[in-house]
Amino acid sequence: MITVKDLHKSFGDHEVLKGINCEIADEEVVCVIGPSGSGKSTFLRCLNLLEAITNGEVVIDGDNLADPKVNINKIRTEVGMVFQHFNLFPHKSVIENLMLAPMKVRKISNKEARKRGMDLLEKVGLAEKAEQYPSQLSGGQQQRVAIARSLAMEPKLMLFDEPTSALDPELVGEVLEVMKRLAMDGMTMVVVTHEMGFAREVGDRVFFMDEGVIMEEGDPNQIFTDPQSKRTKEFLNKIL
Amino acid sequence: MLERFSRFNWASVIDFLPNLGTGLYYTLLISVVGLLIGFILGGIFGLGRISKNKFFYAVSSIYIEVIRGTPVLVQAIWIYFALPLITGYNMASVVAGIVVISINSGAYIAEIVRGAVQSIDKGQHEAGRSLGLNQSQTMKYIIWPQAFKRMIPPLGNQFIISIKDTSLLSVILVPELMFQGRLIASNHFNAVEIYTTVAVFYLAITLSLSYILRYVERRLDVQ
Repeated sequence: MITVKDLHKSFGDHEVLKGINCEIADEEVVCVIGPSGSGKSTFLRCLNLLEAITNGEVVIDGDNLADPKVNINKIRTEVGMVFQHFNLFPHKSVIENLMLAPMKVRKISNKEARKRGMDLLEKVGLAEKAEQYPSQLSGGQQQRVAIARSLAMEPKLMLFDEPTSALDPELVGEVLEVMKRLAMDGMTMVVVTHEMGFAREVGDRVFFMDEGVIMEEGDPNQIFTDPQSKRTKEFLNKIL
Repeated sequence: MLERFSRFNWASVIDFLPNLGTGLYYTLLISVVGLLIGFILGGIFGLGRISKNKFFYAVSSIYIEVIRGTPVLVQAIWIYFALPLITGYNMASVVAGIVVISINSGAYIAEIVRGAVQSIDKGQHEAGRSLGLNQSQTMKYIIWPQAFKRMIPPLGNQFIISIKDTSLLSVILVPELMFQGRLIASNHFNAVEIYTTVAVFYLAITLSLSYILRYVERRLDVQ
């Protein structure tokens, strides 16, 4: 589903990504870990062009994102994104948050969008919050709404940018639970996370990123119990 | 002091109410039409100030700097007395007045629009775009409604300033409130009575506006 070839990204003179290569298959769940400043989030944001690609190729379902002629709005409808700070629309109610993009981009009817939205809220356990505003919800609930909002576009791929980092510890579980169910439903997911337990339990593969490259990748159990690179070992020793 | 105050013939003001009413009409006309156009100009050039299009940005910046950097009085006199010498076309004073208030308030409103739009968290824009909304849809459905709410207090401030600025248009013979006041006071030597009344009229307009704006602010604050 995703092929990344020699991806480079610079901000001015500062090179953040220094040649990323990877393949991610359909229905695979990849967790990206690594120290801060290693380029994890930048890598993720290149996968839906929230950051422009400086060099290299990112091919998603046959579309090369580095091609200047690519229809980025169309690709983004297929690639959902969940942010660290939720970024729900505060002037819209929960259900309106879910209905906006399907109605304006997919051009489905109000009724259809509402029905689809309610089904998704049901799925993340927040149907009773449909008419409330984001500010009335807890962080964990907001993030579950944000996940549902992304799913409302029926994406083929979901990107998660540290989805639990801004949450109080007791709210992390409910969000991970929703993500876990999504993974079991067969969603292709790329998750930048500090939740090693989640990476180990749900991830099919783990990428360890450092200094703008993927230092090591492999099966979660192998990475966590028997890391090959020295940097991976150091990192895991610090956090586990 | 109080004794001196009561010596004035306050009842005579009633005789001049029709003239002051005419003045009030023009003051309101120019304020409403001028601010409406000013709001449109402000919207356009405010977006110009955050546009990636260099030409649009440059035009917007020049407009804002020139208008903010020159006094309204100079703008009014220039447009009414100097511009016709360049274009060869005379403008009615009321039209000139509307033009002055429009372009003047437009420049300030542009900065209000820019500030409000830029104050919206970048994540809102990213969330919209990542859902597949294009640039203008994101602006229309996500950024603008939130920015508009933040614009209301500074807009109210600007509306009040512009309404008071219309009094300067008396020097280009716009028959507005201040012009009528000056006309009456110089013919009837009742400066205290007339100018006090004129001041009260302005105060009545601006206080009503403040009240309306507070109401709108409350209504828009959904949560």
